[in-house]
Amino acid sequence: MNDSTARKGIGLDVLTLGVFLSVLVLISLFLTAKTQDPLMRVHAVILLGAFLLGVTALFMRAASGLDFDQTRYEEGIIKAGVVATVFWGLVGFLVGVIIASQLAFPNIMYNPDFGWFNFGRLRPVHTSAVIFAFGGNALMVTSFYVVQRTCHARLAGGVWAWFVFWGYQLFIVLAATGYVSGITQSKEYAEPEWYIDIWLTIIWVSYLLVFLATLWKRKIKHIYVANWFYLAFIVTVAMLHIINNLSIPIGLTEHKSYSLFSGVQDAMTQWWYGHNAVGFFLTAGFLGMMYYFVPKRAERPVYSYRLSIVHFWSLIFIYIWAGPHHLHYTALPMWAQTLGMTFSIALWMPSWGGMINGLMTLSGAWDKLRTDPVMRMLVVSVAFYGMSTFEGPVMSIRAVNSLSHYTDWTIGHVHSGALGWVAYVSFGAIYCLVPWVWKRKRLYSNDLVEWHFWISTIGIVFYITSMWVSGIMQGLMWRAYNSFGFLEYSFVETVEAMHPYYIIRMTGGILFLIGALIMAYNLWRTARGDVRKGENVPDMAPLPIAIPAVG
Amino acid sequence: MKFKHEIFEKNSLLLTLGILVVVSIGGIVEIAPLFYLSSTIEKVDGMRPYTPLELTGRNVYIREGCYLCHSQMIRPLRDEAERYGHYSLAAESMYDHPFQWGSKRTGPDLARVGGKYSDAWHQAHLIHPQAVVPESVMPPYRFLKDNILDGRTIEADLKTNRIVGVPYTDGQISAAKSDLSTQVDEYADDFDGFMARYPGANVRDFDGDPEHLTEMDALIAYLQMLGTLVDFSTYEADAEENLR
Repeated sequence: MNDSTARKGIGLDVLTLGVFLSVLVLISLFLTAKTQDPLMRVHAVILLGAFLLGVTALFMRAASGLDFDQTRYEEGIIKAGVVATVFWGLVGFLVGVIIASQLAFPNIMYNPDFGWFNFGRLRPVHTSAVIFAFGGNALMVTSFYVVQRTCHARLAGGVWAWFVFWGYQLFIVLAATGYVSGITQSKEYAEPEWYIDIWLTIIWVSYLLVFLATLWKRKIKHIYVANWFYLAFIVTVAMLHIINNLSIPIGLTEHKSYSLFSGVQDAMTQWWYGHNAVGFFLTAGFLGMMYYFVPKRAERPVYSYRLSIVHFWSLIFIYIWAGPHHLHYTALPMWAQTLGMTFSIALWMPSWGGMINGLMTLSGAWDKLRTDPVMRMLVVSVAFYGMSTFEGPVMSIRAVNSLSHYTDWTIGHVHSGALGWVAYVSFGAIYCLVPWVWKRKRLYSNDLVEWHFWISTIGIVFYITSMWVSGIMQGLMWRAYNSFGFLEYSFVETVEAMHPYYIIRMTGGILFLIGALIMAYNLWRTARGDVRKGENVPDMAPLPIAIPAVG
Repeated sequence: MKFKHEIFEKNSLLLTLGILVVVSIGGIVEIAPLFYLSSTIEKVDGMRPYTPLELTGRNVYIREGCYLCHSQMIRPLRDEAERYGHYSLAAESMYDHPFQWGSKRTGPDLARVGGKYSDAWHQAHLIHPQAVVPESVMPPYRFLKDNILDGRTIEADLKTNRIVGVPYTDGQISAAKSDLSTQVDEYADDFDGFMARYPGANVRDFDGDPEHLTEMDALIAYLQMLGTLVDFSTYEADAEENLR
């Protein structure tokens, strides 16, 4: 490794992690030997294998007598994170396409003799893969990059940072293999069972400590705004994760557990979690990403410092209240629903504060939208953020929600945020990161970024519009009465009516996946150091114009 | 003294603490009262804990991710009441750890599906949904017929439910394993004891295969009791204790 120096003895980080991993080896060995539960045994073996690999890697590291060079930034973990982000992104999009085609063509997509790849088991694989595997890795890798650069300090924790990275990948593998084999606690976006939750808690607390410890090492007095958002994301997700997953396992060697809460209380806790998985995982964290990569790529300062303070605190305060809008007209008390609705509408303002701050950062650099497709991707992501944070408050109004709830409109809304905002801002950040950390002058091909951008944008448009039509149509059909005062449609007639839109949605997903494959190819060639011949490359050097004084 | 935001920007622990305080408030206000407000913890006549077979069926329902396409929460809207039945009460999911209200209706709501279709219909539908509903997009669940129940964890299942608040008695827990098979056989020795433990429970062979106790039995037993516990002919929504 080029960022290593020789050292004497074993570092404290290696020693503590070594002891910790050894204990974990013993626990998983015990679990493997003792469990009567066939599903738990598979996971125990995976755990054992992973911890043994970890101990071996650590031992080899210690034996090599090398230490991290504290005068340099940790970039190995950034490279690994970029690879993981792209890999899990492709997996998540592919599974999404599969489950979309299951709804479009149920007769050819299922095997009646085993349930592993039925919609009900694959859907959590898709949601977890895109949110936690793709989004989570994107957040982790960019936060590790950003916190180092904005603090002028190397990532703290030594090998513990690598523990966070690999431990998180292990969490993803456990979650996904669990879903297909039938291990789930059925709480949406919190499906993993109790022992996987404990593992994630360990990883997450280590992540928080690595992040905080890097802040403590900073040589810059002020903590940069992107780090406020990353910190809010890490802290709040820890709180949400721990409380929503409180449950009692039926035995220490059994995978099954029962939620501590039931009925109304469980529903409220779940959607407090669920909506803030959106608010803090998919919003606050990615706003952190926006606050670094948009100004950096545009080579302009953030539009307004004051706006970033106001919208940061108001966003994190208001988001937490919004959960009950998932429970309109349910058995949840009316006052809670009304609170949820009120705060959801109020949330529009801080959300747009973020959008305005991101977009206006382009002041004086709008021409880059024409010349730099990566910049365009970042800006379009912020525009999508603005769109879906307008749509969300509208859908949280009780009257609107009575139509939209339980329909595909919700699915369309989520995807305008997930594909348009979360994925695009991540793609933009990764297109920036690969040349930066692999030390290349430019991307392999700008034309391929253009192709990626346009193909996947068309895919998003297909996806969102088909879900709007199918969702609103289904909601209207459910409540339609004929002239005799009877319900006009049976349920299955509404299912039949959605068929063409499910095909359009699947097509949109395929286009989005193709775009991501183009990106993966482009990034791989970039990392190799190739440059595509015959491209008219725009000059990426800073523009020689004065920066206008704004904000 | 003028407050300056600088203090948060220069102190990471203060920033962390500030974040924690700000994000805690909403959750505390919205969640904590639900644990003592009478409207969310009242008991309604007829509610009883699940039988071991129904609980097993419920766990199959969870494992297969049925909740991803079927809600169990009927809203108080005219079309929903006509399509599915009386709107759902908070008390009806009081023993649900976790709740199964769902968030999407790719298929219809199941909160009151109990008794609407015959066992034979459920068998045919679960084995090959398109055989009975050609336009359905539901996956097939033929394999449930081959999964024999051994009741290995059923006692632990009931015990754990008791820890989290479901009032299972010692008798119900100790008989859990035998109750599993009693519910599919009207002529079982302990039939009377079972009916005393779970008043009103359906007892019959659910999956059309009296030789085996399968996950299909369990799932259909669960589906056939959904929404049937509360007697709405005696439930008065306008009664003072129900007006909220």
